[in-house]
Amino acid sequence: MNKEKSFHEPLFRISKRDTLPWWKMLLAYAGLVLSAFVVILIVIWAVLGISPWKAIIYIFDGSFKSRGDFFDMMKDTSILLMIALALTPAFKMKYWNIGAEGQVLFGGFACVVCMMSLGGKIPEPLLIVIMFVASVVGGALWAVIPAIFKAIWKTNETLFTLMMNYIATQIVLYYIKVVDTIKAGNLPPQDFGRIPLIGGEKAWLCVISALLVTFIVWIYTKFTKHGYEMSIVGESENTARYIGVNVKKVVIRTLILSGAICGLVGFILVGGIDYTVSAETVGGRGFTAILVAWLAKLNPFIMILSSFLVVFLTRGTSQIMMNLRVANDFFSNVVIGLMFFMIIAGEFFIVYRVKIKKFDLEKLKFWKRRKKD
Amino acid sequence: MFAAFLTSSIRFSAAFLYGSTGEIITQKSGHLNLGIPGVMSVGAAVGCVVELGLLKASVSSPILLVLIPLLATVLAGVAMGALFSFMTVTLKANQNITGLAMTTFGVGLSGHIINGIRLQLFTISKASKYYRKLLPFTNSLGDFGKIFFSHGILVYLAIVIAIFAQIILNKTRIGLNLRAVGENPATADAVGVNVTLYRYVATMVGCGISAIGGLFTIMDYMGGKWGYMIEALRWVSFALVIFTLWRPVLAIFGSIIFGGLYIVSSYVTGISLAQIELIKMVPYIVTVIVLIVTSIFDSKNAQPPAALGIPYFREER
Repeated sequence: MNKEKSFHEPLFRISKRDTLPWWKMLLAYAGLVLSAFVVILIVIWAVLGISPWKAIIYIFDGSFKSRGDFFDMMKDTSILLMIALALTPAFKMKYWNIGAEGQVLFGGFACVVCMMSLGGKIPEPLLIVIMFVASVVGGALWAVIPAIFKAIWKTNETLFTLMMNYIATQIVLYYIKVVDTIKAGNLPPQDFGRIPLIGGEKAWLCVISALLVTFIVWIYTKFTKHGYEMSIVGESENTARYIGVNVKKVVIRTLILSGAICGLVGFILVGGIDYTVSAETVGGRGFTAILVAWLAKLNPFIMILSSFLVVFLTRGTSQIMMNLRVANDFFSNVVIGLMFFMIIAGEFFIVYRVKIKKFDLEKLKFWKRRKKD
Repeated sequence: MFAAFLTSSIRFSAAFLYGSTGEIITQKSGHLNLGIPGVMSVGAAVGCVVELGLLKASVSSPILLVLIPLLATVLAGVAMGALFSFMTVTLKANQNITGLAMTTFGVGLSGHIINGIRLQLFTISKASKYYRKLLPFTNSLGDFGKIFFSHGILVYLAIVIAIFAQIILNKTRIGLNLRAVGENPATADAVGVNVTLYRYVATMVGCGISAIGGLFTIMDYMGGKWGYMIEALRWVSFALVIFTLWRPVLAIFGSIIFGGLYIVSSYVTGISLAQIELIKMVPYIVTVIVLIVTSIFDSKNAQPPAALGIPYFREER
């Protein structure tokens, strides 16, 4: 036996590619999203029996059919974008904040408490300012509690923030049942403390604040000392400590910002859109935003595209289901989940190169000959 | 009164117990599977569809009516677990992202499936009585019998699985290897443990067990009605994993406590609607406190697996 023959070569060999230039990367991701879209159309065809051409029209209808649809799409995109942006600083630090749902909800809760207790007693502009401050502080508070424990005692933040979501939900449900005197099970929209409409549409407030937040987060993560410290902590905590970054301070500071933006979203949702709060105010968008932020590779501008993509698909499939007279969004969830699965799987082939084992024909012939003998 | 309360608590606890036992096994391998709610929903939906198919084919054997849907549910769970492992181990994807996508997908898929058969769904409640079948000697034992022996087969199965999981995790070589993979995969790999295999199998088994929790909730607890109970139960099993410090046997008692907290309002008079919501908050708060206390005291036996949520690629260590 010579040694070479006993060496086992695996069927697949995986190696990391060199970093692609940005335009190739963009092209690769665009191709990925497009192919995911094609698969989704095929699934819709197979499951619902709607031809791809019709499905495309319906999907576009979902966002662009009427003026109202368009503004709703803009509103949903902005809200999702803002939550994803809020998560960005924390994720840059590899701090897995999956509590955006609770942070937004608690911000909204703080807002509604102000509306109900101060509404009509103080001038409207002052009330709105107080609502704003309360929401931002509320969101930041909900984010900073797990952060403090993470910074000092290394408490697992993924599990902690997850639990905080449900504590926030229960607090809201409790509050609703306490103040709801007519036992309707929900709070009616409040009359005081409504943020004035901009341009006659609720969507503009969302769009303007989303653009503002995008810009701020971009500057903060890219061009400030704080942002730099954040990414160092994310890359390696030991390195950060070595070069004199106070890791605890950075974690707490970043999560205050993260939570404050979530609180702002709560303020907009309650003060600018719903004028009330319920357990469904955030409606799972805190979790979807995690996927959106990840899809954009934490780049604030690409996040505009990724949140649009998710909203566009969700609204589109809802439109398809509406045409089939099914009034729930289960199928949109299936489609969104499917899209993420495909993008996650496809990304592997962008980052890694897979080499399939080359069969050595000479060797194969040799073995065959030996078998015959 | 108290006997009735305890009976219901024990019965309800199975829904949490399956989820948490499954998740403990998964987490011990270092996988944080946030897709468990999706797995439970899909498991329940598949179980319901199979049950419906069997009833339509007029199968009347009670054993088959329980066993076949159960098997289908487990298989659905295992398939979801395989998908998760394929994404996170083979395709090296982020665990949190994969898990959340799986929850979105799974909850949506189960809703879509059930929505498709909702007009015939009432038929499956006929099969529910087989899941709730009593043991023959229950009635002769009074309150004691009621509390401990009046449950359906799936409640006992949950307890058996939890005990079995505890023994495997702590007393066998497989368990030792599994814990090593969850604590320090590089070391485990160095001594020749197949990290990929362990993570795959642990996740698939964990998801298979969790899926039964979905079926139990629908067929036994809800009496064959599809409700969105599963969604409400979503993350309680996660809380339970932490609350019981990653020990399946403790999870048996933990799930009874959490189950009791969930239903206490219908047994104690004088609790207002608002207070019920506060009581429902208790499991989460207790969990947070456990999480904090164990991290402050930093006791070695009460920590999450050290490599929880961290991917392992041999080339990148």
